[in-house]
Amino acid sequence: MVIAKTVDGEIGIMPEHAPVLGVLVEGGVLQVKRGSDQEDLVAAVHGGFISVAENEVSILAEQAELGSEVDVAAARDALQRAMASVDADSENAEAAIEAKRARARLRAAGEEV
Amino acid sequence: MGAQLRLLRRRIKSVKSTAKITRAQELIASSKIVKAQQRMHAALPYEREITRAVSGVLSNTGSIDHPLTVAKDNPTRAAVLIVTSDGGFCGGFNANVLREAEALRGLLEERGIQATPYVSGRKGVTWHSFRGREMGGQWTGFSRSPAYADAKAIAGTLIEAFKDENGIDEIHIVSTEFVSMLTQNVVVKRILPLEVVEAEPTAEQKIPPYFEFEPTAGEVLNSLLPRYVESRIFTALLQSAASEEAARRRAMKSATDNANELIKRFTQEMNQARQAEITQEISEIVGGANALADAAAGKE
Repeated sequence: MVIAKTVDGEIGIMPEHAPVLGVLVEGGVLQVKRGSDQEDLVAAVHGGFISVAENEVSILAEQAELGSEVDVAAARDALQRAMASVDADSENAEAAIEAKRARARLRAAGEEV
Repeated sequence: MGAQLRLLRRRIKSVKSTAKITRAQELIASSKIVKAQQRMHAALPYEREITRAVSGVLSNTGSIDHPLTVAKDNPTRAAVLIVTSDGGFCGGFNANVLREAEALRGLLEERGIQATPYVSGRKGVTWHSFRGREMGGQWTGFSRSPAYADAKAIAGTLIEAFKDENGIDEIHIVSTEFVSMLTQNVVVKRILPLEVVEAEPTAEQKIPPYFEFEPTAGEVLNSLLPRYVESRIFTALLQSAASEEAARRRAMKSATDNANELIKRFTQEMNQARQAEITQEISEIVGGANALADAAAGKE
């Protein structure tokens, strides 16, 4: 089962799902549940699309990172910096997106945010 | 040592140092081609999927008129994105692209369309500014290893201009396609208005499935099409980067071969000159000794 976050909300895709094309949110977390015998695949996905057709799910993202590859310390650092700039200027859209991305990376790595 | 000999020695030394530089450039280019090719291949799946998604949406929703898919009735202005390199030392790489771009400009003007160049790569920018041509946009500094953000910046500028009512009506791209280490072709493509080309139509290809859209087809298309254009430009940049290195390797290899040939010829000439000098010296000594001997014999 694949769980992703589109702009409409979370979407879970099971086998034999009808073809879907969705727009993913900025700073979302994607999960691929591979059954009990294998570990789940978790990734931070920043923007992009999910397309489901003929029992195949493709995720098109501008930027993505597997949870196991996230540098937790760097992500925490980035989050703190982004939060600081958001606090200083609440209309700083770039910093807000940066904070979202950092949060997604931390969540994908299994950290509490 | 004669003057000619010294001159030849100096030339050999200078050609040798040139050969060292070109040889180093050749080796650098060889190693970079591999990297550039890997990046090109890494970007392929994304492009394939996004093309599939775009054609999926378009075949499902014939009714949607998106500004990026509709061709204007009387196009009057076109943007031509020219992808060149930042550095030189790559033979006819940039000249080929620029020649093709000029040809396209001529074709467009015949159709009554004014072409505005948008140039990526320092060589192309210099070429245009030297001729006093006005550019719609210019980007430099990434021709050897383009990042997705670079493609995004270019696509952003072009799409802005395309959406603008008084802006451009068509977008063409002139770049170099990497076929193999030995073959690179200059290609001219129209990227907007959109002509969706199916990546590789196969015999067992089915009709694209009927998609559901989340949230709506129009909105999916809204965010999908710019990504598609970005991806096309990114592919062009990557292919151009790989081609640039291949062209550079070839140019530097022939330069090194040429330099080695020159060194060989100069060395031969130098040896000849040296031998002639020695022969002359010997004959002078022998002649002098003979004259002395004759003089001594005459006294007795």
